[in-house]
Amino acid sequence: MVYPPKETKEPPILERGAIAWIRKNLLSSPFNIFFTIVGIAVLYMILPPFIHWAFLDANWSGASKSDCTGEGACWIFVREKLNMFIFGFYPQEQLYRPKIVMGALAALLILLGTLKKFNGLKIALIALFPIFAYTLLHGGYFDMPVVESSKWGGLLLTLVIASVGITLSFPLGIVLALGRQSRLPIIKSLSLFYIEFVRAVPLITVLFMASVVLPLFFPEGVDFDKLARALIGITLFEAAYVAENIRSGFQAIPKGQYEAADAMGLGYWHKMALVILPQAIRITIPNLVGTFISLFKDTSLVMIIGLFDLLAMVTVTANDRDWLGMDTEGYVFAAFLFWIFTFSMSRYSKYLEKRLDRSKGE
Amino acid sequence: MLAFLRDEKIRGVIYQIVAIVLFMAFLFYIAQNTSCNIERRGIKTGFAFLDATAGFDITESPISFSPASTHLKVFEVGVLNTLIVSFWGIVFSSLLGLLIGVGRLSSNWLISRLSALYIEIFRNIPVLLQILFWYNVVLATLPSVRQSIDIFGVFHINNRGLFMPSPIFGSGAWIVLAFFAAAVAISFFVKRWAHRRQDETGEQFPIVLFSLFVLILFPIVGYFVAGQPVEFDYPSLQGFNFKGGRSWTPEFMALLFALSIYTATFIAEAIRSGIEAVPKGQKEAAKSLGLSPLQELRFVVLPQAVRIAIPSIINQYLNLIKNSSLAAAIGYPELVTIFAGTSLNQTGQALEILLITMLTYLLISLVVSAILNWFNAKMKIKER
Repeated sequence: MVYPPKETKEPPILERGAIAWIRKNLLSSPFNIFFTIVGIAVLYMILPPFIHWAFLDANWSGASKSDCTGEGACWIFVREKLNMFIFGFYPQEQLYRPKIVMGALAALLILLGTLKKFNGLKIALIALFPIFAYTLLHGGYFDMPVVESSKWGGLLLTLVIASVGITLSFPLGIVLALGRQSRLPIIKSLSLFYIEFVRAVPLITVLFMASVVLPLFFPEGVDFDKLARALIGITLFEAAYVAENIRSGFQAIPKGQYEAADAMGLGYWHKMALVILPQAIRITIPNLVGTFISLFKDTSLVMIIGLFDLLAMVTVTANDRDWLGMDTEGYVFAAFLFWIFTFSMSRYSKYLEKRLDRSKGE
Repeated sequence: MLAFLRDEKIRGVIYQIVAIVLFMAFLFYIAQNTSCNIERRGIKTGFAFLDATAGFDITESPISFSPASTHLKVFEVGVLNTLIVSFWGIVFSSLLGLLIGVGRLSSNWLISRLSALYIEIFRNIPVLLQILFWYNVVLATLPSVRQSIDIFGVFHINNRGLFMPSPIFGSGAWIVLAFFAAAVAISFFVKRWAHRRQDETGEQFPIVLFSLFVLILFPIVGYFVAGQPVEFDYPSLQGFNFKGGRSWTPEFMALLFALSIYTATFIAEAIRSGIEAVPKGQKEAAKSLGLSPLQELRFVVLPQAVRIAIPSIINQYLNLIKNSSLAAAIGYPELVTIFAGTSLNQTGQALEILLITMLTYLLISLVVSAILNWFNAKMKIKER
């Protein structure tokens, strides 16, 4: 006798597909239903007004404030002032220069991301880029008129400060971290004092210090411009945070690594440069990216000492007599630009974290 | 001849001598230049300026202040305002962060996504931008005093700020306080008794409910026993402004809202990572012991999660205190705005003033780290 297999039935409609998902994730209990309603209410209160303001009722075309109906956002303002937001007071006819620099920066970042090997080449590129960027932005050579750094502004200035801050605070942070780990008591306490002191004070006081007191430290005639002072302040400030990150990397390295390096007969510098640092930095890369994200956000503080970064340009343009009352559009646009940069950096650090996790498992 | 240079100890000593000589030379160089520059520019030195008359007024001050007060008084007002805004910022950011952090872990998909959206948006926008947004966009559009927005006729919001009633304590107010203290003492002793009884007999006592009941009931009873000694002073419109009650200025609110909203994202993340860091096996073990979901949370998950979350939350509080210095951009009169700002411009003694300011923040952060260390020591897992 043969038993023919019964036809397989599909699960009941309530247990599969989208319906099951909704029942499980949104409606599983009275509480859950309540929270779903709360969530929908919050969305309803925020989303439709925002979409109306930012898209449906917004004005996109025109040339002056009178073309804006005033019901929604006036994106004409952002379009008209875009060059100010991106390049600050950089002379209009010279804009090709910052454009080349920003393009080169993007290319450099992509190149650094794709090149797996050639560490020497990478370091050379990172070291040469600031010289290239400064030559092009400041000018004075090859028939390019000089553009003083006080004219640099907007997103350009934000990027200049962020990239200089990152590239300079990194090596300084390594030195400080090494000093802090050192067995030599004087070097250790000097580094420790520096790191703890800087981490305890707000960046704004360090920037004030750099902009007001720093010139007093040097003999007459030695003068830094405002931008250089801000860069010095930010670099010295962030280096302490980088040092703390790298120290946490040091702590995660098993003692055996130190002992193995000692057993191989490596001296201090060889041990650190070839065995400990590469591992410590690798472990702490996600934290480092976190520090660099806050550095990027912190660049906005330079407006308080009178530099015209992206945020300051919003304030300046919103005070333009032809465009009064455009603060909202300006701030939303600036927030959007900042957000794109910081969010992509944080995604990148998540990705690195995952990759590190995987390589640990192997 | 140079063989002794190969000795690690001797080399260490040499390195340190070189380091300290370089450091001293650097300090000497700076000090030399600074004194030279200060003399040349005719800047005064020393701390005598602290006793000099400030000559400017401060818009909001918890202690009495007039233009005739000294710069030392300016410093005091600045520190107090920094502490006030930090206190409220810590309260609000903790509440909001707890809400968002728990929401992030909710089994409800929508709530979890909304919380994640909140975190990703506000964490990634510079806090200075958020402060300016609140100040120049949201609070600038508030109506004038005459068209104030009323909430229950008790709170009034307009472009001068938020006006709310303030309590006035009458003569018998200490009785309420005494009743409250008694309630605290009772809950403490009942808790000890309940613990001992549970250890001996295994019987449980609803200690949390009991304490909550006592802590709420006693002050209420005391309030009526003492003959209702607490009254409220309601703000009322007199002439061109509200009088009476207490008020928060727009500067204060912009700073407070921005700091709370920004810091709450980090607190939410700390809470989430703390709870997620508790190994799954712990929860499964709790379930297999027959603990209810609430007991599982109370006795197994939270004690371990708190150990991980609290240190980073305290660090966020410290960041909030430091970020309150961004008030300089909108003019809320805290330490950096009035002391490192106005006083500095008036006296020109940048070095002294910035040094005092930095040392104040250093002191605050030392106190916070002392609390953190005490907490870590207390929370350390006691191994038997």
